Amino acid sequence: MSISLLLLLVAAIGVTGYVGGNRRAQALAGGRLSSLHSRPGYYGSLVAIWALLPAIAVLLVWIVASPVYIGSTIRSGFPEAVQAEPQATQNLNYNMVGAIARGLKLLTPEERATISADAAAARALLSSKGVPLAADPAPYMVEAAQNLDRMTTTSRMIVTVLVLAAALAGAVVAYRSVAPRLRARNRVEGVMLAGLVGASSIAILTTIGIVASMLTEAVHFFSMVPAWEFFFGTVWDPRFAAAGATDSSGQFGLIPLLAGTLYIGFVAMLVAVPVGLFAAIYMAEYASSHFRSVAKPLIEVLAGIPTIVYGFFALASVGPFLRDISAQLNGLATGSYASFIQAQSVLTAGFVMGIMLIPYVSSLSDDIITAVPRALRDGSLGLGATRSETIKRVVLPAALPGIVGALLMTASRAIGETMIVVLAAGVAARMQLNPFEPMTTVTVKIVNQLTGDLEFTSPQTLVAFALGITLFFITLCLNIYALYIVRKYREQYE
Amino acid sequence: MNILSEAAVEKALDKKMNDVSYKMIGQDVSVYYGDKRALYDVNLNVRENTVTALIGPSGCGKSTFLRTLNRMNDTIDGCRVTGRIALDGDDIYDPSIDVVELRARVGMVFQKPNPFPKSIYENVAYGPRIHGLARTRAEMDAIVEKSLQRAGLWNEVKDRLQESGTGLSGGQQQRLCIARAVAVSPEVILMDEPCSALDPIATARVEELIHELRANFTIVIVTHSMQQAARVSQRTAMFHLGQLVEENDTDKIFTNPDDQRTQDYIMGRFG
Ligand SMILES: Nc1ncnc2c1ncn2[C@@H]1O[C@H](COP(=O)(O)OP(=O)(O)O)[C@@H](O)[C@H]1O
Ligand SMILES: [Mg+2]
Repeated sequence: MSISLLLLLVAAIGVTGYVGGNRRAQALAGGRLSSLHSRPGYYGSLVAIWALLPAIAVLLVWIVASPVYIGSTIRSGFPEAVQAEPQATQNLNYNMVGAIARGLKLLTPEERATISADAAAARALLSSKGVPLAADPAPYMVEAAQNLDRMTTTSRMIVTVLVLAAALAGAVVAYRSVAPRLRARNRVEGVMLAGLVGASSIAILTTIGIVASMLTEAVHFFSMVPAWEFFFGTVWDPRFAAAGATDSSGQFGLIPLLAGTLYIGFVAMLVAVPVGLFAAIYMAEYASSHFRSVAKPLIEVLAGIPTIVYGFFALASVGPFLRDISAQLNGLATGSYASFIQAQSVLTAGFVMGIMLIPYVSSLSDDIITAVPRALRDGSLGLGATRSETIKRVVLPAALPGIVGALLMTASRAIGETMIVVLAAGVAARMQLNPFEPMTTVTVKIVNQLTGDLEFTSPQTLVAFALGITLFFITLCLNIYALYIVRKYREQYE
Repeated sequence: MNILSEAAVEKALDKKMNDVSYKMIGQDVSVYYGDKRALYDVNLNVRENTVTALIGPSGCGKSTFLRTLNRMNDTIDGCRVTGRIALDGDDIYDPSIDVVELRARVGMVFQKPNPFPKSIYENVAYGPRIHGLARTRAEMDAIVEKSLQRAGLWNEVKDRLQESGTGLSGGQQQRLCIARAVAVSPEVILMDEPCSALDPIATARVEELIHELRANFTIVIVTHSMQQAARVSQRTAMFHLGQLVEENDTDKIFTNPDDQRTQDYIMGRFG
């Protein structure tokens, strides 16, 4: 029986359980629903939950445990010589066994007999059935495959029986427990609460898992390259990873990348902060509610544009435009039409990133400015202050901590931004101050180091994890600090 | 004989009119919030150096009328005012009137204390700074001190002028807001239920203060407390459903009102 059919059956038991529980509760109440502790639906749900949860738990355990158990049993049946081979080769062998086992299902009994007798015929026969093999199987493989096939079939049968039994038993036990004083609602809500807690802990656990995996790889990297050389090195020159070589031949200085990241982020903020803030002030203080209701969603749509689109925009329009206009300007000034702004430059990347950030700045600041209580504005206006005086002297100072928080959050986006800089900033890891020259960022280098043939043993690849974890901690600190500021600001007006 | 007596009556009336000088005049004042009408042709004058109390059940338009007096309604979307309101004889809704200047002359204290999140000193100095009332630091210090003294707050805060105004107690905050309003030397001070967020002791202090301020300012106060109106005001105006029911000496209103609705409201039969 296939897994999906099994699930369908379990679901059917669950639905039946729901209906049954519901009916029984109503029957017990005998028309006086108020004599029940909970509404009948809750009794139904309780029965359904008892039908589904144990069955699914059994199924999950089987899905995880059975391949492990079967795999180790089959492998232990491999000949001694094979078991002495390296792990990688064994894995290949086992995969081949698996493929043969899958192929066996498609064969007639006579064909199976042929294969058992003559392993060499297996490859041609199986590939004619649409199951390609990488090599001619050894005789022990065919034998193992037949074992595997048998074991799989048995284990499926067992699980089918177990799951159905669990579903039925759960449903029956719960059905019989239905009684007017049974606190069905509390129990159902308890299960729902557990589900919600589970969902949120999945999010948290995933984050922890990601950080942990990055950390282990980064630690691996730092065992090859000293941490101080990475954090304080001023030269980025990782060289190529020579195949199989595990010594650190390149230089992995973080400083030039960090400098590029911060410089481009700074230019971006230079564009985004004034424009975004002024837009927010206009939206919050001056715009009519009609204009606001149109413009605010529009700006938020802008925030939803994938950054790769901004990257195209930088690469195809802004970069060439800046290059050409600089050539014209240079021509007018000196007569030589050499462009002094390169197409890929700090300016291009920073400018386009700034445009990308405008909606973040404006919509975050807008929320914060509108959160300033009306009473403060009235107080100022009532003293004869004009609107702009009120904004300048009362609203903005009151909103300032929150706005700073919003800007920090925006800055952390700028630092983590990848696609725009990959396309528009260039790849030269240099430390310099000319915004018209290309520079590179941490994110660009992560992409570079992880593109192409990967070998997760060389520092050239592993450095990406060290860069990643560094970036993660920088943005984490920025975000925590920003949240702290924003929250403190909120409390002020509760 | 007959003619004589008529002349005498007229003379007496004239004298009475001359005794009273009106600081603000409201003629046929109506206010609309969008399509909804909140005030119906209110005729109410405010006497100089007098405390005028506006009473009436909640939602009857007291705050609305108060806000027309310094055009605070302008800040509300969709609010429209008709009729004539004059300050010292000049129509304050005339296009030639600068609303900034008007609000400097007609200050306002709000229901909930709303000090700015700035120091006590800066709260009081805010208005004078905007209107350029002080040329030197010493002049500003003097204005701040005098205003805080008038608001009866000086002794409590003189040692901590640089601390935040939001750190004061509710009653102190409200007196700070009064000091802030007083600092721009307005002629009229509007107060919208200034004590509704305060405890009885703080309320008593503010009421005392209103008494003292009367010497220098014309005050219009909205209150939901009959006792407060009786204690602090000389004139009382009763509103009901957007209409002015009657306006008279406070003593008269509270002892022998002309209108049954006023009687009922004062006796607590509705509200
Ligand atoms: N900003 C506003 N927008 C719309 N309607 C308002 C607004 N302010 C007050 N109103 C309405 O105007 C009427 C009078 O309100 P208000 O003057 O605040 O009453 P009071 O101060 O006497 O309690 C009420 O019906 C109220 O609902
Ligand atoms: Mg009111």
